[in-house]
Amino acid sequence: MGLLSDPNRRRALISLLTRLNAPICVVCYMAGVAWFMGLAFEPFTLRTYMSENAMGSTMVEERFPSGERALATGREFSAHKKRAGGMPVDWLVKTMQARGLEVFTQRFSRTLPFPDENKERYMVKGTNVYGILRAPRAPRTEALVLSAPCTPGDNNNQAVGLLLGLAQYFRNQIFWAKDIIFLVNEHDLIGMQAWLEGYHHTNTTGMDWSPLQGRGGSIQAALSLELSSDVITSMDLVLEGLNGQLPNLDLANLFYAFCQKIGVLCTIQGKLQRNDWDSVSGYSHSVQTMMLMVMKQASGRPWGDHGLFLRYHIEAATVRGINSFRQYKTDTTTIGRLLEGMYRKLNNLLERLHQSYFFYLMPSLSHFVSIGYYMPAFGLLAVILLLRALDLWVQLATPPQRTEDGVPDTEQMSSPGVLSVLTPLVISHLTGVALYTLPIQFQEMAVEHFPVSETEAVVLTAIAVYTAGLALPHNTHRLLSGEGTEQGWKVLKLVAVLYLAVLLGCTALINFSLGFILALTLVPVAAFVTPHVPKVLSAFILVILSPACTLLFSVFFFQELQEVPTSFQEGWLLYLSVISQGILDHFLYGSLVYPLIALLVYPCWLLFWNILFWK
Amino acid sequence: MNILLKTKLHISATGIYMEAAHWLVEHSQATTSNGGQRDNNAVNSPQTAAETAEQAVGERRWEATEAEAAADRQDTTAGESSLPASVPRPRDDFQEELVIRPLHSGDIYASFQFRTVWETDFMKGNKVSHYRLFPKSLGQVISKFSVRELHISFTQGYWRTMRWGQPYQPSPPGAELWVWFQDSVTDVDGTSAQCVLQTAGYRQRDGPPIPSLCHPPREIVCTENLTPWKKLLPCGSKAGLAVLLKSEKLFHSSFHSQAGKREWSLFKMFSRTLTEACPLASSSKIYIDVTDNPQGDQFEVSPATPLLSQAVVLGDRRTFSVYDLTQQITFGTVRSLNLLIRWKSSEGDMLRPLLHAERYVAGYGLQTGEIHTLMYNNHPYRSFPVLLLDSVPWYLRLYIHTLTVTSKGKDNKPSYIHYQPSKDRVRPHLLEMLIQLPPNSVTEVTVQFERALLKWTEYTPDPNHGFYVGSSVISSLVPSIVAMDTNSTQERPLFSSFFPCKEESSYFVRVYTEPLLVNLPTPDFSMPYNVICLTCTVVAVGYGSLYNLLTRSFQIEEPSPGLAKRIANIIRKMRGVPPL
Repeated sequence: MGLLSDPNRRRALISLLTRLNAPICVVCYMAGVAWFMGLAFEPFTLRTYMSENAMGSTMVEERFPSGERALATGREFSAHKKRAGGMPVDWLVKTMQARGLEVFTQRFSRTLPFPDENKERYMVKGTNVYGILRAPRAPRTEALVLSAPCTPGDNNNQAVGLLLGLAQYFRNQIFWAKDIIFLVNEHDLIGMQAWLEGYHHTNTTGMDWSPLQGRGGSIQAALSLELSSDVITSMDLVLEGLNGQLPNLDLANLFYAFCQKIGVLCTIQGKLQRNDWDSVSGYSHSVQTMMLMVMKQASGRPWGDHGLFLRYHIEAATVRGINSFRQYKTDTTTIGRLLEGMYRKLNNLLERLHQSYFFYLMPSLSHFVSIGYYMPAFGLLAVILLLRALDLWVQLATPPQRTEDGVPDTEQMSSPGVLSVLTPLVISHLTGVALYTLPIQFQEMAVEHFPVSETEAVVLTAIAVYTAGLALPHNTHRLLSGEGTEQGWKVLKLVAVLYLAVLLGCTALINFSLGFILALTLVPVAAFVTPHVPKVLSAFILVILSPACTLLFSVFFFQELQEVPTSFQEGWLLYLSVISQGILDHFLYGSLVYPLIALLVYPCWLLFWNILFWK
Repeated sequence: MNILLKTKLHISATGIYMEAAHWLVEHSQATTSNGGQRDNNAVNSPQTAAETAEQAVGERRWEATEAEAAADRQDTTAGESSLPASVPRPRDDFQEELVIRPLHSGDIYASFQFRTVWETDFMKGNKVSHYRLFPKSLGQVISKFSVRELHISFTQGYWRTMRWGQPYQPSPPGAELWVWFQDSVTDVDGTSAQCVLQTAGYRQRDGPPIPSLCHPPREIVCTENLTPWKKLLPCGSKAGLAVLLKSEKLFHSSFHSQAGKREWSLFKMFSRTLTEACPLASSSKIYIDVTDNPQGDQFEVSPATPLLSQAVVLGDRRTFSVYDLTQQITFGTVRSLNLLIRWKSSEGDMLRPLLHAERYVAGYGLQTGEIHTLMYNNHPYRSFPVLLLDSVPWYLRLYIHTLTVTSKGKDNKPSYIHYQPSKDRVRPHLLEMLIQLPPNSVTEVTVQFERALLKWTEYTPDPNHGFYVGSSVISSLVPSIVAMDTNSTQERPLFSSFFPCKEESSYFVRVYTEPLLVNLPTPDFSMPYNVICLTCTVVAVGYGSLYNLLTRSFQIEEPSPGLAKRIANIIRKMRGVPPL
């Protein structure tokens, strides 16, 4: 860096950066967005390939014959489910035992922090039933899991039927080297959470469950099966798990490879693969697929029962049968063969799945974008923050130009006072804490005083606290440290911009999608806001680009991507339910998106709001 | 001095089976003067004490069985008893037997025992060079390393105590090697290492030698292990019971693994029938456990045999049907014996074993974890002590202060704890505890650990598979079932239950938990090149120049002016005007 050690050139470089700061920022932003959009363009992406040797060249034969019998079992299960009004525990235990499994049950109960109106549950009590097929020659050190949820109504009966059919068929095979656990979980994710916590003897969410009696060692991989019709047109693969975690790409490759082999239509995000990548519609199709994945990943919630396995370093995916109006149908025997093939390959694993990528986006099932390709898009957005910070640093340093060495005068620097920076920081974070705690705390009081349900109370309190935060803190620093100075807001902005850069950087490392979406909206805010821009217009833009509005737009955008456009009224209701779901995900499964937004992102945004109204 | 070669194989039919082979070479106390020294050893180490106890119990048990069997034989077949009497008894002796036990789950438990007894003295200086029935390869190991006792077992699969009850001889999954040396041996580590290498001829791969207890949990039985093992038998697999041990059938075929109770036969399971006993064997018998089938309503055995034998096995009085293969009449007119078991009733619940145990790793992430060991005492009213022996590799750093023992929700203080901390790369943790198990309870032992980061050359070729932690060993004297049923309705002489017999009141049991597979923090081994490149770049470019910037002081050096300017300045200087 001779460039920097030469003071003249350094000065020239700095002056270039400060003079051209705004254009460079704009170019970076455009480049970041363009790079991101380019990720879905097929020539820029890589074809998926199987990295794991143990699953690659070894041939397996799929011979599962009894799809019809599995469907009959499913119907029987459905009848018993109706009679029992929930999980038919006794019937399942007996049926699994008859298939030669070691059967165990687990009871669990959980009282939600507030009623879940989407799924209509508040005090949840249930039972998981699981049977272990012991590997003939393995000492209980490794296991694979196949799970199917027991859902109310007529859903997923076929999945349970097929699970039992596969259990019976697998029992007669001698090549199993890993125990196979067949799990039927009640109350979808809550049951799964209870089972996983029981299996690993942890308690992260304060749920009550009875300890598990039987185990199969360390779980290597898991599939969750959802199947609600006798024949299907395609199989959909769901990868997005808790906090945006994804299973190893080899699991997706495995699914894709067997769909190709057996001839089952396979989709991801419900989107079939298309070959016309060079046409506009082909490109927009893959953009749509990728954007769906980005939105789902950014939400941080598990999009299938598999999502909770990922926390325990167990590679897992949900396989969902979809029955649409297409002509070509696949029967249950074929799905059974597909799963048999996948389990036989997983059974061959010598090590955990680790060879392939853990961080990727998929514009189609046969192509993926690895972390090395998508990170520059985020990097281009993040560099804007650094450029602005450099600009501010230089501006703060320039007034004492008399000193020739360029080192800013310390007295000049400290003149704004620590308090003028610290006060907004503390106040905005306290607002964040209020946003995190008050909705749950005050739900009862709100229900007493207003004609709303508990769920509405929580969501509306959250929105109220959020809005109140806009009015509250932006002038308080004056009480403590007198008039805000020009230096003052610059120091505050410098702090805020660096804070945001670190925050977004860390978020993007863990959950790229969330980091990128937040960067897309918050970076422009951070870049342009000063006390000297037109107040009303800027305030409007700031509100539009705030995290809450980002969420609102995301909801509409997501509906648009799924090709179910919604009216504003419906969209608003959806928005409210998304907020309540987000809060519930945090308390039930430990999703980190709600605390991240409430405790860090929102306070950071408030700092910029504060700068806008600096006096 | 007796040398006893007991070889044994467990096979359970329906699908899941376990298999073990044992060599147990022991110098029986009755014929040697080593008994006293052995007791000394017992005092020194509790583990040895337990081991000794077991052997004592084992000896008694088998003597009893043989005595009774012999009695039976004399009662029913008079001609046979005269044979051993007329021939002078050879100094070495080979016996083989197969015990078949139909389990309530519908599985069949088949246990092979081959025993070679040789009365000779390896230690008295004179080199033994003539081997008749006893395998020479093993004899050489014993004489060279002054082994007093040698015990090797290979096991594949896991014995499901909950479902199948206690096995006749338990062994942990993987391979296990116990060696006791003569007192003359001083360098135990070195000798045992050599000994392990020598015995390794019988197996494929070797684990790290641990003084006197070697236990690589990944070592499993396979055809390569079984073949040399069969060669140790006097008849090989040519005649006698060993013909059933056809490896391809044992390892590659389907075990008719239908759930539920089906017909079972020797031919179905081993694809062989028996036609003769091993001609070198002094006794060759098949026992079928018919205790749970007194009226024949559970299953039916054909061909039927009039011979019955009783023995107390694992604290329970069992009745066996006996087939003597040395008798031609056993093979009938077709000259081949194909035992057939036909299930009649599909019901029947196994009495839960009085003592069983399980173990698992709790927690998630790659930093810490917790080992849970659960021990079940299913006895309705008796508590009994157990000795828990845990050997945990050093790369799991046990936090011994977090050790808790709880029974029925209350703290259960072990009456004896021996803990030997690990030394990195040298020796594992050794934790021994004597715990009293309350009646009808689950006792949970938990201890937290931290996962160590290994040096990069210390990882196995498949590091993402995880690392094994061997089974913990639970040894106990369990109150026997015979002593448990106080209001017996079985037809027995009244006096037999009047005074509870001391021998029968408890029996020795050793239970092995499942081994654990623990993932350690593992670097991505394809990365070193990238990491080296990146690190070098960062150090060279980033750190170097930043360090430069921070430590040097910079001064603005006036650039040397051009020639024209210099001339102009000289002129200006001469004119007395300030230079440009």
